[in-house]
Order: sequence, then structure tokens, then C-alpha cells
Amino acid sequence: MQSHHLPVEPFFVRHRDVKLFTIVGVAAVLWLVAYNVIQPLADWLTYGLLGLAVTSQLGQSIAFFLYDVPKILLLLTGMVFAIGIVRTFFSPERTRALLGGKREGVGNVLAALLGIVTPFCSCSAVPLFIGFVESGIPLGVTFSFLIAAPTINEVAIVLLYGLFGWRIAGLYIASGLVIAIVAGAIIGRLKLERYVEDFVWKMQRAKGSFEEHLTWSDRIERAWDSVKEIVAKVWPYVIVGIAVGAGIHGYVPESALVTIMGRDAWWSVPAAVLLGIPLYSNAAGVIPIVSALIEKGASLGTVLAFMMSVVGLSLPEVIILRRVLKPQLIAVFVGVVACAIMITGYLFNIVIR
Amino acid sequence: MLTIKILGHGCQNCQKLEKVTRQAVTDLHIEANVVKVSEDADIFAYPILSTPGLVINEKLVCAGRIPNAGEVARWVKESLAVN
Repeated sequence: MQSHHLPVEPFFVRHRDVKLFTIVGVAAVLWLVAYNVIQPLADWLTYGLLGLAVTSQLGQSIAFFLYDVPKILLLLTGMVFAIGIVRTFFSPERTRALLGGKREGVGNVLAALLGIVTPFCSCSAVPLFIGFVESGIPLGVTFSFLIAAPTINEVAIVLLYGLFGWRIAGLYIASGLVIAIVAGAIIGRLKLERYVEDFVWKMQRAKGSFEEHLTWSDRIERAWDSVKEIVAKVWPYVIVGIAVGAGIHGYVPESALVTIMGRDAWWSVPAAVLLGIPLYSNAAGVIPIVSALIEKGASLGTVLAFMMSVVGLSLPEVIILRRVLKPQLIAVFVGVVACAIMITGYLFNIVIR
Repeated sequence: MLTIKILGHGCQNCQKLEKVTRQAVTDLHIEANVVKVSEDADIFAYPILSTPGLVINEKLVCAGRIPNAGEVARWVKESLAVN
């Protein structure tokens, strides 16, 4: 065990922590105030200051844009901060320890859940894969983690909540978990260990594990760092995406897309999944467009399948995983996950009427 | 002289970590040999599960995230104090 901080207990609250707690409290109040004034402010700017008619297409598009952009950015800031704090209590090391010795089944469920809260970037897929497999975690359980981590994405949750409400955001989380659990369990059952690159089994890893002791100040600072990083990366997509959405909102006729993306076009689900694989975008850029599509008659299942394929099955991640997996296992991985996403898409198209 | 290793396969995060580290070294006015380590076998010589990793004089000080220049400076100073 290595530690670079003073050996302070994780829950010990110090003077500096109190100061930061105060700042966080004040920020939370300001956040709530801002969240409640953006709607009247957007209406006042559009219909009062610019003098546009409430019934005009331009007016509706502008009001939609002026309300949605600050709303999404505020939600994003709050949510990323909250998840950032939660993630300081988890690490790939801790997740590996929690998964160690778990049987398949229980292990798949736990791995998918931990995939949501463990801080992990897909560039780390190789060291993480080797570290998990080498410590005896079953292949299928490792895959449940690797599928859940990118698929259930906090930016996507925020955008789905902001644009569609809790029900759809909840459906997205639940189906992401089910896909990760089921796909991992199937891969586990297929006994594909021989299709892991041979060097993985021979790799000599240093023993021991890296651990840090964090104070509350550290946790708050890290969560704030992740807010800055994610918001800086995502805000242009949010603005462009919502602008496109606002344009479609005002101008494209209702139900223009029913025939090509409606629930009765059976081929739209596999087409959406196929289209999503090479499209590696962050969720922020896709969802506002997606929201506009739904409004114009594209069905929810098709659109959710598209989104999950964009975030969960990405070409760069597949290329990274190719270093540790033989082509056969890569094919099984992509195939199983793509099928699971398609089934989810069809299911939503049937269930949600 | 201090040897600082950046562990990672060369994605954006590793590049950011390298930049932050070089910044910290420059700010401290010390001489350090900053090397990038991207071979799996060399990376796994350290107990690391997620990249990027930062190793100062053979001690892993940070893994799986990008620290700020202040943190790197503190680890460098700690490492100099030990030697």
C-alpha cells in the first residue's frame, strides 16, 4: 500500500473541509435559484425583449433553445459533481477486490453495477482487463463491467432526464444494466478463454495494489475537477445539438419521420445499431438531435438503441480491446452486445405505445 | 537526477499528464528525466489497473486520473526529501 497524503481517515472532517462544505452548500443554493429562474428568463427574453409572437415558429425555437441550454448545463454540473463525489469512494482496485471470488451470476450483476460508479476511461481497458482476468475474475464478469462502464454514461443520464424526464432516464439505466449483465453472462457461458491473447495469461504483474487516502477536501476538489473537465468538453455539443433540436422543433413537420424511423419500420432498429458503432460521439452531441427525432415520430426504442450503440459499442474501444482479445472474441463481444441492444430496442418499440 | 515515468498507451490522458508533469518540473526548477512508458510489460511492472500512471523514482504515486501540477510538485518534493 502506498499513500502520499497524510494518513487521515476517510471520514475525518477537518477545518479545511468545513470551509469547502460551506462553499458547496452556497453553490447548491445558487444552483437551485438559477434552475428556477431560467424558464421565466427565457420567455421574457424571447417574447418580451425580442418581441416575438408566442405562436411564431421562430419564437418557439428561440425560447426552447434559451431554456434548454442553461437547463442542461446546470443539470450536467450538478449531476457530474454528485457522481464525482460518489466515484471518489470507488476505484478500479476496490472494484477488483469486491469482484474477487464472486461466482458468475452474482458477479455479473455486481460488475455491471460497479461499472456505473467506478471511475474508468476506455483507454484503460487493457490494463484493467489484464488485472481483472489475472486475479481470477471470470471472463464473463469482466465483460459485464467493460460493457456497463461506457454504456451507462452520466452525461447521457442527465440529457435523457433533462429532455425526456425520469421515466426514460430510468429505462436507459435499467436496460443498460440488463444488457451488461446478460451479455457478460452469455460470454461467460461460451467458455471463450482460449480467445484471449496468450500474453495476457503470461503477463507478470507487480503484486500489491495502489491505494490512496482521501480527505473530504480531496473528494470535493476531484469532483469539481471532473465537472470542469466534462463541461469543458461537452458544452459545444450541447449548444449545437440543442440548436439543431430547436430548429427541427420549430420547422420540420410533425410525424415527418414516422415512416423511416417509426416503430412499424422493423429494420430501423438494426440500422440504428449498425449506424451507432462507427459513430463514436459523446452522448451530449447525440441526444438533443435524438430528442428532436422522437418529437417528429421516430420511435423511442429505435432511438434508445441508436444511443446505446453510440456510447456502448465504439470503434476506438474495440480497437483497444483487440490488443488483448483475439478476433473471434472481439466478434462475439460486438455481436452479443449488438443483439442485446437490438432486443432492447424492439422491446421498447412494442411496450411503449 | 530524478526519474519520472508516465505510464500509458499514449491516449489523450497520458499526454495531459505528461504536460502537467513537465510543467511541475519546470516550476520547481529541478532537473528530472521524464520518460514515457507504453509497453504493457513495462507498465505492469507497477501495480496499476488504470492508466495514466505516474511513477517518481520507481514509486507509483498516482493512477487512473490526471493530477494537477500542485500535486505533482508535492510528490516530487516528497521524493527529493526521501533521497
